[in-house]
Amino acid sequence: MKKILNLVCASALSISCVLALPAQAKEADVPSTINWTVPFGVGGGTDVWARFIAPYLTKYIPTNPTVVIRNQPGGGSITGANLFYKRAKDDGSTMLATSASTLFPYMLGDKRVRYNFDKWVPLMASPTGGVVYVQPGLGVKSAADIDKLDGMTLPFGSQGPTRLELPVLIAFEMLGLDVKPVFGMKSRGAGRLAFERGEAKIDFQTTSAYLNSVVDLVNNDKAIPLFSLGVLNKEGKIVRDPAFPDLPTFQEVYAQKFGKQPSGMEYTAYSKFFAAGFAFQKMIFIPSDTPTDVVSAYRSSVENMLKDPKFIEDSAVQVGPYQSIVGIDAAQHIQEALTVSPELYTWISGWLKKKFDYTL
Amino acid sequence: MAVLLSALDQILSLTHLIYLVGGVLVGLVVGIIPGLGGIAGMSLLLPFLYGMEPSVGLGMLMGLVAVIPTGDTFTSVLMGIPGSSSSQATVMDGFPLAKKGQAARALSAAFLCSMVGGVVGAIVLSVFILVARPVVLAFSSAELFMLTLLGLSVVAALSGGNLFKGLAACGFGLLIGSVGSAPATGEFRFTLGIDYLYDGIPLVVVGLGIFALPEIISLLVQNKAIASTPNKLGHGLMQGFKDVFANLPLVGKSSVFGSLIGAIPGLGGSVVDWMTYSFAMNGSKDTSQFGKGDIRGVIAPESANNACASGSMIPTLLFGIPGSGSAAVFLGGMLLLGLQPGVSMITTNLDLTYTIIWSLALANILGAIFCISFTRPISLLTYVKFSILAPIILTLILFAAYQATRSLGDFMVLGAIATVGVMMKGANWPRPAFLIGFVLSSGAENYFFQSIQFYGSSWFLRPGVIALAALIVLGFVLPPMLKKRRLAKASTQPKTGLEPEEPSVKTVSATDWVLLAVLGGAGLYALVDVWNMSTLTKAFPIISIAIVLFSVAMLIVKYIREQHQRVASNLTTDLVYIVGFFMIAYGYYTLGFVTTTFVFSFLFLRYLAKATYLKSSTIAICLVIFLVVLGRIMNIEYPEGYFDPYFFDVVNRLF
Repeated sequence: MKKILNLVCASALSISCVLALPAQAKEADVPSTINWTVPFGVGGGTDVWARFIAPYLTKYIPTNPTVVIRNQPGGGSITGANLFYKRAKDDGSTMLATSASTLFPYMLGDKRVRYNFDKWVPLMASPTGGVVYVQPGLGVKSAADIDKLDGMTLPFGSQGPTRLELPVLIAFEMLGLDVKPVFGMKSRGAGRLAFERGEAKIDFQTTSAYLNSVVDLVNNDKAIPLFSLGVLNKEGKIVRDPAFPDLPTFQEVYAQKFGKQPSGMEYTAYSKFFAAGFAFQKMIFIPSDTPTDVVSAYRSSVENMLKDPKFIEDSAVQVGPYQSIVGIDAAQHIQEALTVSPELYTWISGWLKKKFDYTL
Repeated sequence: MAVLLSALDQILSLTHLIYLVGGVLVGLVVGIIPGLGGIAGMSLLLPFLYGMEPSVGLGMLMGLVAVIPTGDTFTSVLMGIPGSSSSQATVMDGFPLAKKGQAARALSAAFLCSMVGGVVGAIVLSVFILVARPVVLAFSSAELFMLTLLGLSVVAALSGGNLFKGLAACGFGLLIGSVGSAPATGEFRFTLGIDYLYDGIPLVVVGLGIFALPEIISLLVQNKAIASTPNKLGHGLMQGFKDVFANLPLVGKSSVFGSLIGAIPGLGGSVVDWMTYSFAMNGSKDTSQFGKGDIRGVIAPESANNACASGSMIPTLLFGIPGSGSAAVFLGGMLLLGLQPGVSMITTNLDLTYTIIWSLALANILGAIFCISFTRPISLLTYVKFSILAPIILTLILFAAYQATRSLGDFMVLGAIATVGVMMKGANWPRPAFLIGFVLSSGAENYFFQSIQFYGSSWFLRPGVIALAALIVLGFVLPPMLKKRRLAKASTQPKTGLEPEEPSVKTVSATDWVLLAVLGGAGLYALVDVWNMSTLTKAFPIISIAIVLFSVAMLIVKYIREQHQRVASNLTTDLVYIVGFFMIAYGYYTLGFVTTTFVFSFLFLRYLAKATYLKSSTIAICLVIFLVVLGRIMNIEYPEGYFDPYFFDVVNRLF
């Protein structure tokens, strides 16, 4: 009798286990709190972006976890990313926000970087675009007149040779413009102020800053937009920026001026840093050891979030009318974009040394 | 005008007032606790902010930002800890006043000035913002460079009797300020391969190291109450008000100057207090009491720093370029509310701008009233025996320093700067000169190269540059020199009971020599380190090094040639305390901040301060509760160390 009872108990147990399994797979073990490391100070671009997204994550992740933003500024995001690399838990309770200033030092082999993107998987990547514009007094009405800029020295307020402006500086070089960067601007905004003061003759802003501050200048004939950097479409081709459909892309302007498509090492460097700086400008990463069911739960939540009409509307205001990327494809694209071949590294370090006397 | 009044009507609504008062209270708390500032306050208000009605949200944020320079006066005056970068000059005379038992007088004067300064700033803002755009744009990199020179010229007034000591200290500050990336090239200098130094040294850490720690050490050596002389002025509140009314022109001048400097992006609020401090000195007949407790040394910077916070709203609102740290926080809040700064703030969103300005004025008034009502009880702290306060103050200083970058480097650099600070205090070198050099270092270098690159060599012919150059010579360099000559003339005549400007006997101590060796050695090391870098990277450090080495050489020559009386130095005692500090700081980091706070405070109070078991454990427990609650509410992290995780495990289980 006792044996039979044992058997019944055992089978009951095993059946309940079997029954419980699929239920568990469906409801991933999502922690009740997610600590989101933002390696920048409060109120910066990435911080504002993260704080805009956080409530949507809470809403769309099945168990509605609390998302706590932890700012860890320092080293232009290197400090925070290093700490995250060392300490992040792999149970889905931690994630990291990154920006161009997290990716560029990694690609350029900065000594301080101790993180490695192999150990992280992206949940989502938000692109941004950018526009190059010049002073009205130069005799240029649009990109069609770009030849008139030949031989003119154009001061440009820049944060530094290895900052977000890096691909833009390469683009200027490829177009044969004599741009003289003045480094040490505290932000892109400070560069714009130098342009408004008339000190800088050429300037560049990312989409949201352009829409908020430069469009007014253009309408009052205080700035002439030349070209946009364009956006990467699903096939990996550069197309016109949906925020600026009337502006040609850098590639169009190049083709118009030189009668051929851009190519060569310079263009490879441009494309890499354009992808890292703009196409994948803001990203969310989680440790790759996070259980797969949690990762896929997060991914599908992000997918649902991106379909929310309110999110789309708000995000157009915050970053521009762009499609964020999510899923396994994104992971592959990003990994590709971040890999710098030895030849490319040699080229870029030589170029920085020759052009700006900057030693990597 | 109609917009102005309708905005007033709006902020007087109940919802608006409640949130504004909430913002003010949070602002006062984060202002009073040293090391916290707008950012900590923001993290507390953020949960409310998202999805809030913009005008109400802005009122709350403005309440927060406006009163931070009011609240931070408490620790500056009472403990000699600069609560934030905007009240460093307040320490100079506020703390000596507290030592004289006149803390309440200094505080009430400071709060009234803050209120006046804030309101004047709001008035200037409301008119100036409509026409400010071209004015702000007129300040190009060349004019900004001249403004940094204007700041640096204050050193002349602050060096007291010995210009070379001032120059050496200032040059050393410039050199320390150039640690990190070179603005003109992006290359890194003087990093010694330490990650911490790549970002440069944080201002908070320098301020705490140069002022707060040396004061604590000297008070510990004496072990009396902070207020060592009994107060003859009653509780002093009324005296403080009277002082303000007696110095109204200074208040007005400092407020207007503060709001204008705040309005120019790029210079920041951290130097305006020193500039107005030297105004106060230049405008007084008798400067002998400055640095020893002259109330004018409190009035000028306190009028200026609140006005500066108002002025810094101009570049924030018009250009989206924050003029100061708290303005940056405000800007972040605006973006979260879905508001974009720009011209629209004086066209379509003018009503919001006026809401901001009214909130600013109201917050300043409320903040000052709250502070004044707490002044009497809080200033009694200065009558407590210092050894009882010491562990509390030390914990506060470590807490404040750790908020800078949250790494061990904060503690170590704090100790290193404090070593220099202790020596400078001991040998009577002007510490403000060091701080001003440090604060203006990056601006001076950056704007110099930018103006050369934008304008070539013709930049010094710009009218703004010439006007500022004239202002520097007439306003800052000449007055102290003329005064010196006048005094020199006066001193040849028989004295009539007046105290001499400086001790007539020239003195030198071992500390002087050690300090000369440290500065000279640092200068030479830096020179070797930077020699092989690109021109734009090394040019500015070499200028600073030249200033340091030249002044050091001149001082050495002077000490050898002229007759100096040798005085004893208590360098050894001070250095023992510094070593003690390093050990304690290391303990806080490796053993766990909260646990060490308890153990250290308890042991210190029981065995060194000889307090009773009950008193020692009560104070230690209160400190721990304070830290835990603060950490919970404001999302602050402490160094975990070995023991804190266990401690927090227990706490989390209990609550």
